[in-house]
Order: sequence, then C-alpha cells, then structure tokens
Amino acid sequence: MFLKDAALEPRLGAMFTPMLVEMGERGPDSAGVAIYRNPAPPGAVKLTLHHPDPAFAWDDLARTLGAHLDAQVGVTALATHAVLVAPATADAAVAWVRAQVPAVRITSVGTTIEIYKEMGRPEAVAEQFQLARLAGSHAIGHTRMATESAVTTEHSHPFSTGLDLCLVHNGSLSNHNRWRLTLQRHGVSFATDNDTEVAAGYLTHRLRAGDTLEQALNAGLKDLDGFYTFAVGTRSGFAVVRDPIACKHAVLAETAQWVAMATEYRSIARLPGAERARIWEPAPATIYAWSRN
Amino acid sequence: MITVDLDRVTVRALNERLHRLPARGAPGQWRIVHPRGKHAIAVGLNAPATVVIDGHVGYYAAGMNQQADVTIQGHAGPGVAENIMSGVVRIKGNASQAAAATGRGGFVVIEGDASSRCGIAMKGVDIVVGGSVGHNSAFMAQAGRLVVCGDAGPALGDSIYEAVIYVGGAVAGLGADCIGEDMTPAHLATLAELLQRAGFDRDPRRFRRFGSARRLYNFHIDHAGEY
Repeated sequence: MFLKDAALEPRLGAMFTPMLVEMGERGPDSAGVAIYRNPAPPGAVKLTLHHPDPAFAWDDLARTLGAHLDAQVGVTALATHAVLVAPATADAAVAWVRAQVPAVRITSVGTTIEIYKEMGRPEAVAEQFQLARLAGSHAIGHTRMATESAVTTEHSHPFSTGLDLCLVHNGSLSNHNRWRLTLQRHGVSFATDNDTEVAAGYLTHRLRAGDTLEQALNAGLKDLDGFYTFAVGTRSGFAVVRDPIACKHAVLAETAQWVAMATEYRSIARLPGAERARIWEPAPATIYAWSRN
Repeated sequence: MITVDLDRVTVRALNERLHRLPARGAPGQWRIVHPRGKHAIAVGLNAPATVVIDGHVGYYAAGMNQQADVTIQGHAGPGVAENIMSGVVRIKGNASQAAAATGRGGFVVIEGDASSRCGIAMKGVDIVVGGSVGHNSAFMAQAGRLVVCGDAGPALGDSIYEAVIYVGGAVAGLGADCIGEDMTPAHLATLAELLQRAGFDRDPRRFRRFGSARRLYNFHIDHAGEY
C-alpha cells in the first residue's frame, strides 16, 4: 500500500491491515510488514530488532549502546520487536548489535523502514503489532504459507535487502542454493536456508555493487530462476516485478490517492475508491515502480 | 429480478440457490451485488437464467457454466468461465490468466484484455477478446475458435490441435506447430458471425488466421523404426 496523498498517512495502518488479513487464507503460517514512517534525524540510523522473549530488556540494550556511543539512543518496543534510533552509521550499529547481543536479530536497517514479522495467523500478527494504528507513507506486507523451508520468524517475510529496502515474494526459486554460495563468496551472509532470503541477498549484492533498483531487478530476471512475483519496498516507494512466465498472480490498482498491489483483488476490494480504481495485472518481466519525491 | 448482496450472503449460499434453478423453463434474472473479488461466484449453473454480477470477481467465476447468460460488469480473476459447457459468459472488463480454460462449448466474450493462457486446452468453446491476449494463449487448444481483436503475446497456439485462432493485431510469436493459414470466404463468414455475436464492430478482412500444422500432435510414422 503506497500513499500518493500524504493526507492519508495517519490512516495507512487502517487501510493496509485488512489487506493483509484478507490474504490470510493464502498464507496462514506467518505474516510480516515493512512500514515506512518517522524518519530518523540526520546522522542517525534506525534498526528494527527482534528477540523471541516479549519481556526482553530493550531499555537496557539501548542504555548500553548509548553509553558505548556516548549519546542518547531512542527505543520503542512493540511486542517481540523494538525500534532503535541511534546516532551512528548503519555499519557501526549493526556490528555492535551482532557483537554485543547475538541473540537479537536485526530485521531492518535504514532511516525510515521498520520490519515486524512473526509466526501465526495474519490477524493475530496484526493485532500483536497493532498494525491498524500505525501511520506512515507506505507499507509492504506478506502472509506466508511455507513451501520451501521451515516456518519460523526468521524465515518469514519481508526480508531486509539493504538500507531502507525490503523484499516480499510469492513463489519459489529453483537456483537459490547455487546463488547462496555465489553470494556468500561476495560477502553476503544468510541467516536461513530460505529461497527468498537469497533473492534479497542478490538484490543487496547488486545494489552494493552500484546498480540502481531497476538495474538490479532486471539482472534478477536473468539470474533468478523460478516462479516469483516480487514486491520491493524503498525509502520513497515500491516496485513490483514478475518472472517471465508470470504464473504467480498479482494485481495492481491505482487511484489519485494511492497505489495498491496484492496477489488477489479481494485484498484491495475494500479500500476507499477501489471500485473506481484503474486495475490491471502486471505484465511478465516488467518492472513497475512508484516513488514520492 | 432477484438481487443477491454478497455482503450479506455467502458465495456458497448464492451458488446453492442458483444450482436449484430448473434446467428447463424460465429461471429468471439475477443481479449479484458487492462481489468484491470473491472466488467461484455463479459457478456450476445449469439453467437458462440471466445473471449480472455488478463489480469485479475473483477466481473461477461462472466456471462450468451450462445454459446461463452471465455478465460480469467488471474485471475477472484467473480461470473465469473455466470448463464452460454452454451458454454465454461476458466480461465487460479484463480477464486474468486462463480465461475459458478447457471450455467445451458456449460463448465467452472478454471486452477488455485477457492475460496469459487465454483459452488454454479449449475443447469447443468460442472466445472473442476485444483487446489483447497474453502469452501461451490457446495452448494445446483442441477445438473451438479464439478471436483476438488486439494483439497476441508470445507462443500463441503452442501445441495446438484443431482449434482455429483469428488475430486482428500483431502476434508476438507463434508456439510450436502453430502456423498462419489462409482466410477463405468460409473463414471470413465464420469470423464475421463471431464478431457480430460478440457485439464488436470490426472488419474481418483485417484479421489473420492461425491453426495447427499437424506435425506435432500425432505419432510420426517416420519414427516407427526407433522402437
């Protein structure tokens, strides 16, 4: 869900959450969302962190990092996740978390993105993170029915693909094991055996090497074999691409106020203005992208 | 006119009512409102009823239709009118992939575009598309006619049997064993009749015909020695 009209931002979560819940029949085992909101101040990084214990002492972690940086570190806990805003570079903050609290997993890194994901039915996950109350400019969600790898929080989508970037995937990749090895040789690390994580790592690698998002997605059309509809979140918008065979369903809808993408129209049907929206199926091997200036 | 509101009634309850209609006689006119992309709306009818669906539908709408005249006043998701046996299904908007798949009879009109695999494995249905169709349309088509007023995507008519394809616009590529064929006066007359039934004012002389080269689908005697 991407809002063209900034006046709708307070309602982003309220518009987006029913879309996610409607797709619960397609993906009942886990759900997640990347939401873009509350940009960190200049010179600061925003991390979303996950620990399986909802009572995890996030305040202590923020204080310790603050003492290390000799600066104030903001922290906002939300169920099993917490958002940390620290005056540090992304690399330094990530390195500190990995070294000091290895039990904590980093779900997103950037200035604007926050990623929340958990096992369970989408309506339960939405409730847990109070998604309907969240304001922001755009959000990308996913409901998962695992086919290729285990059902865990780590295996669920969205996957972080770099600063303020994320990826969700409908489908399955057939050459992900080879690409995992290739990418590991280029210094990309993986937390799971999940195929989508490899696609995320692939985009991370291409973007680090200097590709634009469009170049990286075009390269992916040649390099990633399998069935997929990808939705990619960026700081200012989102992109959609389907593989050249395009058997994984997708529908796009656009009004003057918003752009919505979903696997099925019924996810979009109850959005305000949906009945008069321009609605179409994204063509195979074609990149669609929206962003705000 | 009987109106059914899918905000108040489940699709299952609607379809059960439609299934109870008598196969002969005058089962009347039905209007279905608030479809909101739900799946399997008006599936499995076997009655000469008129059904108008007021909005966009999800997967498999009007599948396995017999006799009924179903109009979708919006877009249709994957598999609309799949395995249609008889009657008419008209989609005023666009159709997603595999429209009229395996259809054995009847008439399907898509006023907008159809996505990939339109008419896949069609076995006798006639399909007229006002716009364009995506890749692999009429894949393994066995019988019936597919008319595309706009353009056809790659691999049109791949592994086609005895179906006939008419295309008014550009063809991105033909699939295996699909070839261009002459437009005879009989074919022009057939096409004119299909366009007229669909309600499209197009000149049949601007269409090209495609069919099977018949080199693929039966056993080639020259290979007998290999066994």
